[in-house]
Amino acid sequence: MTSPLVQLDRVRFGYSDRDILTDVSLTIARGQMVAIMGGSGSGKTTLLRLIGGQVRAQSGTVQVDGEDVGKLSESRMYAMRRKLGMLFQFGALFTDLSVYDNVAFPLRERTNLPETVVRDLVLMKLQAVGLRGASNLMPFELSGGMARRVALARAIALDPMLMMYDEPFTGLDPISLSTIGQLVRELNDALGAASIIVTHDVAESLALVDYVYFLSGGRVVGQGTPDEIRASTEPFIKQFINGERDGPLPFHKPAPDYALDLGLEQPHD
Amino acid sequence: MTDRTGNFFVRFFSAIGEPFTNAFIKTGFAGRFLLSVLRHSPTALTRFRLTMREIWFAGVLSVLIIVVSGLFVGMVLALQGYDTLSRFGASSALGVLVALSLVRELGPVVGALLFASRAGSAITAEIGLMKATEQLSAMEMMAVNPIARVVVPKFWGGVISMPLLAAMFSAMGIIGGYLIGVQLLGLDSGIFWSQMQSSVDLRFDVMNGVIKSIAFGIAVSLIAVFEGYDAPPTAEGVSGATTRTVVISALVILGLDVILTAFMFRGI
Repeated sequence: MTSPLVQLDRVRFGYSDRDILTDVSLTIARGQMVAIMGGSGSGKTTLLRLIGGQVRAQSGTVQVDGEDVGKLSESRMYAMRRKLGMLFQFGALFTDLSVYDNVAFPLRERTNLPETVVRDLVLMKLQAVGLRGASNLMPFELSGGMARRVALARAIALDPMLMMYDEPFTGLDPISLSTIGQLVRELNDALGAASIIVTHDVAESLALVDYVYFLSGGRVVGQGTPDEIRASTEPFIKQFINGERDGPLPFHKPAPDYALDLGLEQPHD
Repeated sequence: MTDRTGNFFVRFFSAIGEPFTNAFIKTGFAGRFLLSVLRHSPTALTRFRLTMREIWFAGVLSVLIIVVSGLFVGMVLALQGYDTLSRFGASSALGVLVALSLVRELGPVVGALLFASRAGSAITAEIGLMKATEQLSAMEMMAVNPIARVVVPKFWGGVISMPLLAAMFSAMGIIGGYLIGVQLLGLDSGIFWSQMQSSVDLRFDVMNGVIKSIAFGIAVSLIAVFEGYDAPPTAEGVSGATTRTVVISALVILGLDVILTAFMFRGI
């Protein structure tokens, strides 16, 4: 067994007034596809930013391919990021470049490949996401789902060792959803890469991934293979995968008494 | 009771101190940002195509407003100058007055003010929106440094454009002065040009104007890229940053002008 590709050990991160992650430890092996699930605001995206080195943990360590991300210098950090690919929630396409140039961007910036090779690679990646026919469009001409697929083509342009997906399935139509899901899985297996999928799309991700972590209140509250998760009797996991309103995960953000807030009742002393 | 007054004093002094602390932190951040821009500046030369694109956006697209404003300012200078000079029988010095006012002061200063509102605001808005839509983050995660790829070309594009625009402003102003002075008011064209030629010194007048415009170009470009990079990633954040670019640039241009003029032209 080789060393894990990503390892988080007792990571804490927060902004001045509130903690986002209090104590998170998790491991992702090479070739493994992992889903991180949790409600809105549970720190899922922050976790990806920690792994990508865009924010640094306040305590604990984040290791990617054996390197401590929190201790890297700027140039070493950029070298480490060459192994990563990230799909942003809203695509984050460069609005001044066409679809073709967006996918070509990492190839042109980071390699010295001749333009004919770049062209072949770009068309191959666009073919994989089904948008070779859109290569001349500008990002503002694309729907949200199409923009995400172009962004996926751009993220995989250089065949990264670790792919991170931030909510890849939201806003996709059913056909794109299953195609993209399939594609994400194939990419992972063909490249021998690891993938982290941050999502709250339960059904789609349980069918796709090898392992699942549940985040809540800044810590990992449950984990297991999809089969273990489905069979779990843990109240939190049951509530989450069945979408139940009542359970350990509150739907409401803590607030003063509702009737009191509306002025329907007088406060008691 | 004492507790509440204590609280009041703490809040009072922190309310006074907070803007200063924030300004101090922001200045420090701007200093580090400048260092980082300078460190990555060699890319602006090795990949000059990126800088060329920014010269197009900041410089070439500002030519129209600069040329038209320069013409009008020169015309007004000639009209006002003729009225005053003719009272002393010195209307033949109109060419000198127009040329010196433009190359020493108005070309660099008014040119930079127009440049800040036309190009500086656009630079801030573009970088701010790239940040708000996660384009800068996406670039970082692709192992491409956004300072080297986005900020540095925009900075040098502005620095290179500014002196050229100021020169155009002055040249058009002199043409405007000629149109009013010679064509409209009937001054002798030979006197207009020869007086100007003999009284405007290349090193002392023209070069000092060029130095000013380079200084303003650096200031405006730095403020524009910094405000964009530092903008909160929201709609209000970007609009506020754009406004700040124009306001701070205007103040810095005028303040710098006082200092530079004091060094350049003292004792005259």
